[in-house]
Amino acid sequence: MVYATGLKVPPSILGMLLLTMFLKTGLYKASWIKDISELLLRYLPLFFVPAGVGIMVYLGKIAQNWVGIVLASVLSFLLVLLVTGWTHQVVRKWGKRKRKNGQ
Amino acid sequence: MDNSFGIGVLLIVLTILVFLMAKKLQQVTGLIILNPILVSMLVIMAGLWFFGISFDKYHESSQLIEWLLKPAVVALGYPLYLYWETIRKQAFPILLSLLVGSVVGLFSVVLMAKALGLSKELILSLAPKSVTSAIAIEISRMLGGIPSLAAGIAILVGILGAMLGYPILQFFGIKNPVSQALSIGNASHGIGTSRSVEIGQRFGAMSAIGLIVNAVLTSLLAPWVIGLLENLGWI
Repeated sequence: MVYATGLKVPPSILGMLLLTMFLKTGLYKASWIKDISELLLRYLPLFFVPAGVGIMVYLGKIAQNWVGIVLASVLSFLLVLLVTGWTHQVVRKWGKRKRKNGQ
Repeated sequence: MDNSFGIGVLLIVLTILVFLMAKKLQQVTGLIILNPILVSMLVIMAGLWFFGISFDKYHESSQLIEWLLKPAVVALGYPLYLYWETIRKQAFPILLSLLVGSVVGLFSVVLMAKALGLSKELILSLAPKSVTSAIAIEISRMLGGIPSLAAGIAILVGILGAMLGYPILQFFGIKNPVSQALSIGNASHGIGTSRSVEIGQRFGAMSAIGLIVNAVLTSLLAPWVIGLLENLGWI
């Protein structure tokens, strides 16, 4: 799908999907990568720290318009969070009810 | 070489130590505001400023840590595999909610930024705010925004999601674990997902789906949404 749409998806996300597929098809055994995956995932937040420190470079640009930038991103973040969650809860219940009525 | 190599190694070790202490601090205090990524970032920024070390110098040394992000993201494929059947069975509610959330996110951030009087360049840098920073860079470049700023904003939104995402969802009555984890991945990408992984592999898997679908949808829809709003004369 990624190739077909010509999308620029980072190699690591493509790798994530490939790993899932390899495990799914039995090409890789889950036991081979269980420990290393769990180890890497335990420290996942640490790997974001250097990029986070990088914000110091953009602070000047953000500071000039910080009210607008912060308000727009925080409010829109809240909307995405709540709308996704609400939609999922509603559609899920709706699907369950339909299945129950059908039986 | 010897001296600068020594400083490089020291910066890596210090980054790891600061992070481990920040994690411990949150475990001991139980305060959500003391997010380990945020605390580590602030401590390191203060340290660099205090010792007069430039970000470039820090960046050079910390690349080893940043590089580990790639295999760690690939490792998300493991929980994704463990919960693949659950995801497949619920594909319709999952994909629909992620689509609705992503569309709402794009329209809302662009229109609010416009209403708050931000320049076009800034609006286009804010558009990919829910996408993981590496892709946010690409999308904002494609749209004509400022890529580095887009990455910075995406990181801040990610930290916000890791810090407050779950308490906010809980507060607004979104209590289903799958709904919660999907929303976190959709709204606050990899950094939010790192918080989900801490809670459990099932949460990590659902957030990973949220972050993937959000990244793909935003790349596809952002140019279209921007074009539409431009044609309407709203931005």
